[in-house]
Amino acid sequence: MWQGIEMLFQHPSVNVKYILDGLFFGSIFALAAYGLALVWGVMNLKNLAQGDLVILGGYFTWYFQSALGWNPILTLPIVMFIMFFFGWAMYALVVKWVIDKDLFTSLLATFGLALVIQQFINLVFGPETQTAVSELGKIKFYLFGGRIVVPEIRVVGVLLCAAVAVALIVFMKRSRTGQAIRATAQDARAAKVMGINTDRVYALTFSINSAICGAAGALVAMMFLVQPFYGITYSIRSFVIVTAAGLGNLPGVITAAFGLGVLEGYANNILGASYQQFIVVFALVVVLVWRMIRLRKARMVLE
Amino acid sequence: MSIYKRDLMIYVGISIFSIVLALVFPAYITQIAVMFLMVILAQTWDLQGGQMGYNSLGNIMFFGIGMYVSAIIQIAMLYGWGGVGEYTSASGSIKVEIIKSNYLYGMFIGAFAAGIICVLFAFVFGQIFLLFRGPYFAIGTLGMVLAVAELVSSWEWVGAGGGLSLPVYPAEDPTESGRLYFYCFLAISAICFAFISWVVSTRFGLALNAIRDDEAKAEAMGIRTLRYKVSSWMISAFFLGLAGAIFGNMSNFIEPLEVAFPTITFGVFMVVMALLGGKGTVWGPVVGAVIFHIIKETTWTYMLGYQWVALGLLIIVIVIFFNQGIMGSLAERYPHWFGIKIEEDAEEATS
Amino acid sequence: MIVLKDVSKAFGGVQANKKVSLEVEEGKITGLIGPNGSGKTTVFNSIVGYHPIDEGSIQFRGQEISEMPVQSIARLGLLRTFQQTRIYSKMNCVENMLISTDNRNVSLWDMFGSRTSEIQDKAEHLLEFVGLYRKRTLKAGDLSFGQQKLLEFAMALMNDPDILLLDEPTAGINPTLINGLIDRLHRANTEFGITLFVIEHNMRVIMNMADQIYCLSNGQMLASGKPEDIQNDKRVIDAYLGGH
Repeated sequence: MWQGIEMLFQHPSVNVKYILDGLFFGSIFALAAYGLALVWGVMNLKNLAQGDLVILGGYFTWYFQSALGWNPILTLPIVMFIMFFFGWAMYALVVKWVIDKDLFTSLLATFGLALVIQQFINLVFGPETQTAVSELGKIKFYLFGGRIVVPEIRVVGVLLCAAVAVALIVFMKRSRTGQAIRATAQDARAAKVMGINTDRVYALTFSINSAICGAAGALVAMMFLVQPFYGITYSIRSFVIVTAAGLGNLPGVITAAFGLGVLEGYANNILGASYQQFIVVFALVVVLVWRMIRLRKARMVLE
Repeated sequence: MSIYKRDLMIYVGISIFSIVLALVFPAYITQIAVMFLMVILAQTWDLQGGQMGYNSLGNIMFFGIGMYVSAIIQIAMLYGWGGVGEYTSASGSIKVEIIKSNYLYGMFIGAFAAGIICVLFAFVFGQIFLLFRGPYFAIGTLGMVLAVAELVSSWEWVGAGGGLSLPVYPAEDPTESGRLYFYCFLAISAICFAFISWVVSTRFGLALNAIRDDEAKAEAMGIRTLRYKVSSWMISAFFLGLAGAIFGNMSNFIEPLEVAFPTITFGVFMVVMALLGGKGTVWGPVVGAVIFHIIKETTWTYMLGYQWVALGLLIIVIVIFFNQGIMGSLAERYPHWFGIKIEEDAEEATS
Repeated sequence: MIVLKDVSKAFGGVQANKKVSLEVEEGKITGLIGPNGSGKTTVFNSIVGYHPIDEGSIQFRGQEISEMPVQSIARLGLLRTFQQTRIYSKMNCVENMLISTDNRNVSLWDMFGSRTSEIQDKAEHLLEFVGLYRKRTLKAGDLSFGQQKLLEFAMALMNDPDILLLDEPTAGINPTLINGLIDRLHRANTEFGITLFVIEHNMRVIMNMADQIYCLSNGQMLASGKPEDIQNDKRVIDAYLGGH
């Protein structure tokens, strides 16, 4: 570990690597967190299966690339499409029945969903890690005289991520559906009275979230690795970001996501990969305690 | 006879029945032992989940900590504290002749220490984690056990990812160790049942239920909620630690992710069993554990990998359609069996 | 017993309470009235510690309580009932009562105390006092709204408070039974010695019950005095009839 810290000072350019890593990670985290915030804000669903939806998207991408030879960048929209319908199915079969029940029930329902997805992927594809290899992955940028290697796919990934995010924001702000969703989020009863089919809105919201997760997963598969049980960590990351930024705070989500990404980038390189879960959970505890301390002044609790 | 005494007697009856079963079918003794382990897992989870309304996905952490604590102590008793590192890095190639009394002495001390240390962990971790509510507690505890498992996996002194093998019980015939661990689990589960069902019948149980039903109201009435929450976790941690210690001995080889901190197997089982049997009831977790275990042992080998998917589906189905579980549904249908009196009264006090 | 001095509280852009000062006398029944939205529940919430106040001081028996959390204030003997009645829905009435005993001198051992007959008797006695004895084995969540209100009141009495803040105790109660409730409130004051501070919309009730009344309007203290005076106070009449 001390070696890693030494590196920071002896070769300051390494900081650039870690920060870049943080940006690459962070952009994916931001997508997944935004989806969680969406579902949380609109239907008050704390989706414990968020990370597993991400990984599922990743596996679709990997499958298309490894079994069918399709370019992962081009399959991104297809994966989003598939995940959209998968989300719709999940809503109709599971989520719909637990939205109005107590918190305990909905938590366990989404947890059950997470398990089903994880284990299904494990059953069908096995527990090895996978990557969706693409031509672009082979092109690399070299910075600082070769000391820092940036695979082009990661740069492309961030750009794709931004594209998806922009499309999403425009959709939510401009389209009628987007407006219906935001109206329902503000006041479901009022929305119903105004003729909005809240059930439809919820289904749409969950499906959009699923598609967002699919996109995030596609990027994970392209830029890093997927494995059936990586989902939990992505779920925790999403919670960290949403807790830090609050719902409906897009710039906050992006900042928090990048922050977490950079933190993980540094931690991974200095402490080593065997502290990954620890860092993420540590971040969760810190963020929760920080929020709670701030709420305590207002005598409120985090629920 | 009070309900508590009646429950105790029923449990004693079940225990005696199991002993007879174990003696008649010695081939199944380990499975029956594991069944009692399942009862412990379910009951301790329910203390937080069903009685208190705190959905813990990380209780299995205490199981693993207990397992390692006991293992280390048992090894240290044979090789000294200095020798532990040597032993673990030799990956079990160091062997020593132990006599039964040494082994038993080591295991009991180890198990007891495991229980105590887990209580301390629950006390310390509880000060932070039990301040989290709802989804934050669920995902926080899940993260907690994953993080701890990860740290243990890279801790060389306890064998890291490679695992740890324990001293072996020098049994004269193969069924002897089976019987030893069977009686251990039987005893722990009986004490656990007696203690938890007693505690739930006191003011403590009422406080936990009040926290579950309306924590803010409980605080507004002056109840020291954190004290109760942490205490309940400490109780669960104690029994989970004991159970982990014995399980480690029974398994003989401890591996952090598969054996000590099995979040996906035992960690999930405890939730399913309590839900199935009826969360928030005394017998629910017991009934759920027994039924789940029997079904699992008889059908799982035929499911070709789908059992894990089925587990997740089972949670979803129970939570949506069978929320009260077995005991809960029975209590609704036949309240008089449970001493609940419903009075039909035509006179209304208010509108 | 309770003294508020220039207490202000705003929520976002809305000034719910503006420099409110009042005094609740020990042993008496004090009323708090005012049109909807005048900030009455905010005053209660400030007193019990539900939220911090922006400025001013709140003292209970000479002790400053505005910085204390809800649990601590409750343990001083200051309790409140909620407008949207709050009870423990999955437990039965008796259990709701048993867990409502006071927590002032609770030692570690008391946490595990069994349900003694003394406490059981007190619970049943109080349930009878509010007229819920016949329903005592029912789950609290299955009671009607009015019955839950009575249960909440009984639970508060179980806690042996020195002062009880009641938020609209007669709302939702069948009009024919309001007299019985008023009687019980009086008895809680005279027999059990509990000071009462009551928010009420029902003028008949509060005018008959209170020794002293405060009237809020638009977050500010409008008038105070004996019921007869308040009843005839033009400002109060205007406030209710929308003269602002």
